[in-house]
Amino acid sequence: MATRTYDGTTVEVDSRGFFTDPAEWREAMAPAIAAEEGIPELTDRHWQVIKFMRHEYQDKGTGPTVRVLGRISGVGIKELYQLFPGGPAKVAARIAGIPKPQGCI
Amino acid sequence: MSERIEKLSIIISKGSLEGVYPGLIMANGARAEGIEVNLFFTFFGLDTIHKDRYDHIKVATVGNPGLHVATLVGGLPGMSAVMTHVLERKMDRLDIPPIPEFLEMIADTGAGLYACRASVDLFGLEKNDFIPQVRDVITVGEFYEIAAGGQIIFT
Repeated sequence: MATRTYDGTTVEVDSRGFFTDPAEWREAMAPAIAAEEGIPELTDRHWQVIKFMRHEYQDKGTGPTVRVLGRISGVGIKELYQLFPGGPAKVAARIAGIPKPQGCI
Repeated sequence: MSERIEKLSIIISKGSLEGVYPGLIMANGARAEGIEVNLFFTFFGLDTIHKDRYDHIKVATVGNPGLHVATLVGGLPGMSAVMTHVLERKMDRLDIPPIPEFLEMIADTGAGLYACRASVDLFGLEKNDFIPQVRDVITVGEFYEIAAGGQIIFT
């Protein structure tokens, strides 16, 4: 299992860099993960999505799809793709320390 | 790790429900992975972006062996509407959006939507006949310019 070090703490990640244990994640780790995804600064809008990802994961055991994000997170599809050009659900899940959301839509 | 797909062009040439959805799902899924996507609608695939028709795309109940409905039964009046309704309900349960919403969403992801010039001329259509998300009516040559450097999928 691969490991990464964020905010001075070493965490386990899968082959694509997603946290294997979301409980190891802390907010202070997010900027470094975001930087790896090419996002130099996390704005309030980024955080709104990241917190929503955490919330959905804790609620349902899986991260939301882009469609659900667009409908419920308070950030529309267009803006989601501007905030996370590498794919909103995928990249936000990684930054939020949760597994990659499953589903085709 | 094998080389990542960076760019896709998906051609949609069919006007049936089962001919349209796979391309849309692949386009949307590719954008969710951060892949650049352009969609090119040609021939009967133009119905997918036609303002008056894109909300009435139906399943083919005749000449569609995968549906496992006898051709004579599939040809009964209203059969296509009924089968489409059944399939749409199933898709709704799986959170697959109806075509109009799906197209709007795909356009919002930043994917490009284009109509084929030859088909538009053939059917006597014009850009005004299409939903506003369609960026342009383009020739085959222009399509290849847009598609340059990426993979092309024909559906």
